[in-house]
Amino acid sequence: MKILVAVKRVVDHNVRIRVRLDGSGVETTGVRMSMNPFCKHAVEAAVQLAESGQAREIVVVSIGPRPANDVILTALAMGAHRGILLETDAPLETLAIAKLLAKLVEEEHPDLVLLGKQAVDDDSNHVGQMLAALTDRPQATFASQIERVGAALEVTREVDYGRETLSLPLPAVVTADLRLNTPRNATLPMVMKARSKPLVVRSAADFGVDLAPRLQIENISPPPERVAGRSVASLAEFAAAIAAEVNEMEAL
Amino acid sequence: MSVLLLADHDRGELAPATARLVAAAGGLGPVDLLVVADDPAPIAAAAATLAGVRKVLAVQGPTTAEALANTLERCAKGYQSVSASASSTGKDVIPRLAAKLDIMPVTDIVAIAGPNRFVRPIYAGNALETLTDPQPLHLLTFRASAFRPVAGGNAAPIESLDFSIASAAKLLAAHRTQTDTPDLATAQIVIGGGVSVGSAEGFQLIEKLGKTLGAAVGATRAAVDAGYAPNDWQIGQTGKIIAPDLYIAIGISGALQHLAGIQGARKIFAINTDPEAPLVKLADLALIGDLFEIVPQLIAELDRLSLASRTG
Repeated sequence: MKILVAVKRVVDHNVRIRVRLDGSGVETTGVRMSMNPFCKHAVEAAVQLAESGQAREIVVVSIGPRPANDVILTALAMGAHRGILLETDAPLETLAIAKLLAKLVEEEHPDLVLLGKQAVDDDSNHVGQMLAALTDRPQATFASQIERVGAALEVTREVDYGRETLSLPLPAVVTADLRLNTPRNATLPMVMKARSKPLVVRSAADFGVDLAPRLQIENISPPPERVAGRSVASLAEFAAAIAAEVNEMEAL
Repeated sequence: MSVLLLADHDRGELAPATARLVAAAGGLGPVDLLVVADDPAPIAAAAATLAGVRKVLAVQGPTTAEALANTLERCAKGYQSVSASASSTGKDVIPRLAAKLDIMPVTDIVAIAGPNRFVRPIYAGNALETLTDPQPLHLLTFRASAFRPVAGGNAAPIESLDFSIASAAKLLAAHRTQTDTPDLATAQIVIGGGVSVGSAEGFQLIEKLGKTLGAAVGATRAAVDAGYAPNDWQIGQTGKIIAPDLYIAIGISGALQHLAGIQGARKIFAINTDPEAPLVKLADLALIGDLFEIVPQLIAELDRLSLASRTG
């Protein structure tokens, strides 16, 4: 089985983000960037499938500016075999990303495409589903378990009511949720080894995909400020405040 | 602008959040509800009672993402918007349908700012994006918790549509979390426990308070990583995003990634030993002290108060 894993470089999830005062977006210059946490789970799942002899090649792809090579290197250090960067400095919408990935699927013919369920910057949660539609493949989003059963996958998904298990014929698209695994930390020797693995940089503009945005972002603003709170001295007062909130909810 | 809205359901019953979604979609135009289920009739009957619903379309068929996207595509003609809840179903289906129709979707909408202007949170609610969607068809998901539900009392007509929908993916099994507490993502009240709760037994205390208030129960990443609480309780940037009317944070200092998941809470109350903890400073109301002393007394006090209100 050949696996394509798509990974995204985002503002590190431990960084407190700052919204630019002019409403143009979130400050990303001089901010620590790293691989989107959900993408790490996707890479780890691919590596585990390879280690158990169920996958023979893992190709990792990222789309973004040149420094996105860093997250490809992270994936290579974790155990992916080769990397592809589709380079672009323009911020792309998820539909354009999915179309670029669909072109790559046409070239690479992976049996399985693994992605994180969402990126923690735009929180879109679109690309896996879109790619599945564009390549006419079945999908399993929010995966917490992936098992290969003959020519199919059995994927357990995290859904609002609990979990559900789907059977998907290959080729398929799966997006990773947090319970899927514990992503490994790449050790220094693994990072050194990653540098000698093939990494190709191609221009995103060369794929014949319309990359122009469809939506017009007008403004990015910080959430409304919370009014300053207060401390209460007694438990009775605290309980009364909870009861008052509950009564207000019931009244509505 | 008319809206086709996909109705969520579970165990043969219409999802209660549907009343909130009808309110959201109703802000754009007349709403037709689509029910796709093995046995859509009882769900469609419930959907028809919601105020503001023009008609209900009932389709018998499978509910995998492929099947739902294909069903919606067949029904979409004539609508200017195809919408769903930002639930695990809506998130699964709408982007798939969007790519099929070559439309860029707008998802997790928390406010409608105009006929084609929407507000959605990004960075786990740490920023809000206002955008205009100039496309001829709008593919949308709404966060139910951000909208007030419509009333009942309607008797909208129900139309049964008959067509067969294929799906390569097959549902093998559904595993329900054995719990009678409300779902974290849509609960009106959420109780959260941090690593200071100290153990899985400690979390039973948090659950007991949750039961007293009919609240959902969640935990921080640290508490989940320590094995005190199951993974699907995790609230935060990489866990569940909550937007309750009231969040009560117990023994939670307020790590960034946890705070990211609770931005949507209308009121935040905190119980903590440390008056300087970030979450205590953020809270609307804080009680400083030992949670193991406070929580049992709080449960007793709340029991007394609710008894008083019922008898009074």
